[in-house]
Amino acid sequence: MLLARVMPCLLLRNAALVKTVQFKNPSYVGDPINAIRIYNEKEVDELIFLDITATVEGKRPQLKLLADIASECFMPVAYGGGISRMDDVDAIFSIGIEKVSINSHAVAEPTFVTRVADKYGTQAVVVSIDVKRSIFGKYEVCTRGGRTATGRDPIAFALEMEKAGAGEIILTSIDRDGTGKGYDIDLLKRVASAVTIPVIASGGAGRIEDCGIAVREGGASAAALGSMAVYHGRNRAVLINFPTREELDLVLPN
Amino acid sequence: MIVIVDYGMGNLGSILNMLKKIGVKAKISSDRSDIDSAGKLILPGVGAFDTAMRHLHESGLLDALNEAVLHRKKPTIGLCLGMQLLTQGSEEGNLPGLGWIPAETRRFRFPAELSNLKVPHMGWNSISVSPDKPLVRDLRDPSRFYFVHSYHVVLRDQTDAAATTTYGYEFVSMIQKGHIMGTQFHPEKSHQYGMKVLSNFAELA
Repeated sequence: MLLARVMPCLLLRNAALVKTVQFKNPSYVGDPINAIRIYNEKEVDELIFLDITATVEGKRPQLKLLADIASECFMPVAYGGGISRMDDVDAIFSIGIEKVSINSHAVAEPTFVTRVADKYGTQAVVVSIDVKRSIFGKYEVCTRGGRTATGRDPIAFALEMEKAGAGEIILTSIDRDGTGKGYDIDLLKRVASAVTIPVIASGGAGRIEDCGIAVREGGASAAALGSMAVYHGRNRAVLINFPTREELDLVLPN
Repeated sequence: MIVIVDYGMGNLGSILNMLKKIGVKAKISSDRSDIDSAGKLILPGVGAFDTAMRHLHESGLLDALNEAVLHRKKPTIGLCLGMQLLTQGSEEGNLPGLGWIPAETRRFRFPAELSNLKVPHMGWNSISVSPDKPLVRDLRDPSRFYFVHSYHVVLRDQTDAAATTTYGYEFVSMIQKGHIMGTQFHPEKSHQYGMKVLSNFAELA
């Protein structure tokens, strides 16, 4: 049986690696290429890079930086941020990135997801869904780095994306992002039980046990680590780091 | 010197970086003279079969490659699509392959009860190795490799297989016929396991 994957989810702002709390206050945590070299040593299953300012600043993917990233990675890479054109998707795959992650443009133009899936296969298409809980306790899909509330229900939207051709969903809780309070298991459960494609839990992991909870209780196929991959300890000292396979095996279901 | 043949099919940076990391002299080149003087060749490849064959024809490197591999018998390894190009042809395209290995490239086809298996086969998977092939010498057990492909090689002579992998059924994931080799997975995206395969290749006499 395939083991549940656990992967760093790294945020880019221009050429720098940053980390947010609830999608706000991006703080500098380092250089992406240096970080990749450490994750190579740690033999992580996969890497996710998300450019958090591309869409809101109206920029296209930073192809030069992505080529450097792909060259350094000894593991597969997914990239998201500012993807809304097929020629950018073509460029990203030819650079050697294995998966594209589509967020704002999946809401704006769902058929774009289908076109990319038709051309490159569903396994190469990730739809990233950012979710906020409203003051009335209702879950809502947000785009543009959490800035725009769409009024869409995450379960219905996830189902629509599965039908459109998404091979995988990264489900991020904006409220939990950077807090270390654990994944939003209620949200995960609802989405993961509705779709048949793998769901990657994201937002809130504070301890390694959270990965096991996301898989066992939330039904996630994989877990993304943000803060845990770039910070160490209660004072959030910057330290590019990752749990070992042995440590992960202890908390993940066999 | 290992030459990574650049014929315009994707980014070869991670292959070069991995060879650098294991301390092997290598360069990326699309020059005929580099192929002539190379000790060994790596034939990479991502994308479609016919596009790759067309690029090889248009690059003007085909004669040099045939000369280096078939006559001068330089150790050569095809990676991913590069392994499929070694065969006589693929169901994916109409152009003949390089034909260096008696084999065909076919699409994954599963019986009804396995129809939940997705194509492409994408992700980390293991291999079973043939004990007597130098390319798979001293691979750590268990090893895992990163695959992404919709087509796979079907050998005419099973003794050319260096390793197999199971996805729905058993298929050939590594080949070695004397000095001609191939891996269906991406060694350059498979951490220390892929590194070991490339270093085995580099150490071949």
